[in-house]
Amino acid sequence: MNLETYIRNRLKQKPIGTMTHVIAGYPSFDDNLTALRLMKKYNVDLVEIQMPFSEPTADGPVFVKANQEALKNGITVDHYFDFMKQASQEFDFPILMMGYYNTALKLGHKNFIQRLKNAGGAGFILPDLPLEEQNGLFDTAASNELSPILLVAPTTPDERLNAIGKAANGFVYVVARSGVTGDHTAFNKQFETYIQRCRNAIKLPLAVGFGVSQKKDIEYLTGKADIAIIGTALLRAWEYGKAEALEEFLDGLLGNG
Amino acid sequence: MNLFNFQPGHEGYYGEYGGAYIPEILWSTIEELKTALKNAKADPDFWQEYISLMQSYSCRPTPISYLENLSRELGGAQLYVKREDLNHTGSHKANNVMGQGLLTKRLGKTRVIAETGAGQHGVATATMAARFGFECVIYMGTEDVARQRPNVFWMEQLGATVVPVTDGSQTLKDAINEAMRDWVTNYPTTHYVLGTACGTHPFPEMVAWFQSLIGTEAREQMLSQYGSMPDKVFACVGGGSNALGLFQGFLDDESVELVGVEAGGKGLDSGAHATRLTSREGSVGVAQGYKTYFLQNNDGQMLHTHSISAGLDYIGVSPILSHLKQTGRIRFEAATDNEVIEALKLVMKKEGLIPALESAHAFARAIQEAPALPKHTKLLINQSGRGDKDIFTVADAIRDENWEHFIQGKAKDYESRNIYS
Ligand SMILES: Cc1ncc(COP(=O)(O)O)c(C=O)c1O
Repeated sequence: MNLETYIRNRLKQKPIGTMTHVIAGYPSFDDNLTALRLMKKYNVDLVEIQMPFSEPTADGPVFVKANQEALKNGITVDHYFDFMKQASQEFDFPILMMGYYNTALKLGHKNFIQRLKNAGGAGFILPDLPLEEQNGLFDTAASNELSPILLVAPTTPDERLNAIGKAANGFVYVVARSGVTGDHTAFNKQFETYIQRCRNAIKLPLAVGFGVSQKKDIEYLTGKADIAIIGTALLRAWEYGKAEALEEFLDGLLGNG
Repeated sequence: MNLFNFQPGHEGYYGEYGGAYIPEILWSTIEELKTALKNAKADPDFWQEYISLMQSYSCRPTPISYLENLSRELGGAQLYVKREDLNHTGSHKANNVMGQGLLTKRLGKTRVIAETGAGQHGVATATMAARFGFECVIYMGTEDVARQRPNVFWMEQLGATVVPVTDGSQTLKDAINEAMRDWVTNYPTTHYVLGTACGTHPFPEMVAWFQSLIGTEAREQMLSQYGSMPDKVFACVGGGSNALGLFQGFLDDESVELVGVEAGGKGLDSGAHATRLTSREGSVGVAQGYKTYFLQNNDGQMLHTHSISAGLDYIGVSPILSHLKQTGRIRFEAATDNEVIEALKLVMKKEGLIPALESAHAFARAIQEAPALPKHTKLLINQSGRGDKDIFTVADAIRDENWEHFIQGKAKDYESRNIYS
């Protein structure tokens, strides 16, 4: 099933979906699996697994450290795809590769797409690869039924929102604010105008990320966005108290209580 | 040769290198910068203002010195030196920052940020910010903060905030990452004064443009003062700005051979060097906003680099240089740490010049090639900076005991607080 259809079907059962995030190999693949099982338990809709990179320019301090530690643990591209394969066999939520473009470039576009496909991935998010630089990668993805997920930002002009909406597949990643991952976002009137601009220009489902960390953020986004993306907050919870803290956090965020 | 005549659909590309691999949040800021640069380039008054500023504030035009003693000693080619060390703050970095300062004013921004390795670019940016009244934040890897304390001291005295960066290898590349993180947060008020001809389009073009005055002056000076063009031109290559600055004056003179010298560190097979274009470990990748040769492994993870000179200790290289290597216009070589120290000693003793360790790479290669060349051959070397900043590193490398005693004595003084009495 294509990613957009999957998301639309899920949205028939709930007003807003969630996408969560782990960094491959940090603190370890076992810990990643534990985290993914909890995410499954709380019925998340999509998961991004980040391939660590030595120069994670778009990430904030929490993820920067995790990228670094994962690489220190010796995580390679081979390990990464092995793990993704294992995860996609165990879980039924779609898994997206998240990372930096150099990983795809060094593998070669065809090879990257093939490896992702074989590992059971549904698509990829490369925040340092703008539309203009994709150089045929999206076509290669399309012919393998993988979705390139593109990002838009509050500074993106309308015309460009349009172009990005057309080139993307599955959904569009709406970066909620300026800055890197990890800081809090103040959702306000300005954001409302922005998300409305996205709606007008983009037909695909909209997933909002960067600074989404509390239940009230998700409540706020309900009715405005289709998916809430929770990243750093989950890793913070894990670092605070491993699986137990993560479960408590997920329960507060997504539980019925 | 117009390097900046981009093919439609290939804006910001030099052959297959360059581009703008930026997060979406910066797209409109980069557009704004591209427009400002384009307008500045089309406005002769802007360049005139820049040149006047450099003449009144930074000792331009810098002279070319003929090295008579050293040439005689080597017994071959004649050596000439373009004296970028005579710039305010002691290196060619002043050219780029003053140009970007003028552009920052045009952009209406009030805050500047920069990365620095050796600290030269940081100090230059701090002087510019002080002069133009901008708020200034400098990112610097903790390892570089430790080895370049004098420059940190001056940046702070000049009013800049120096932020030590503890990520990754804690050197220049990590400082760039942190500066980019600042920029994606503060772009409405802030201009990122990138220190070399690297990074996302239009930085390579912009920095190469501001540095091009080195080559324009040098070509004219060689002809008017020394009667002919140089046969070979040597420059050290970190990110590539001083090399591109000088080389641009001679790109169309096919008889002039251009030689870029990278940091060979402990040797090309040692795993401890910073040669992206002359070693096997360099390959094409994308990081920090642009496509070029990087020192990286097969997975595309960047390798640790090493050089005795902090200013050449970097994973990437200007996309313009990657392109000119591919076209064969520039020859690339490497000089090792040891060769650099020997060259530095020789130049100091024979000519009374104190090149920066970075610049000493260019000297080392020219000194190696000179003896075998005919006497009428002219070699032009870019002395991109002065070596005063390297006093700690050089003193260690030549194991100067008197210096060591001085530092130990100073440390004792601090301990007993004599120094303040
Ligand atoms: C004196 C000097 N020369 C050269 C460099 C290398 O930079 P680039 O290759 O951009 O000229 C530096 C960088 O800090 C420097 O301080």
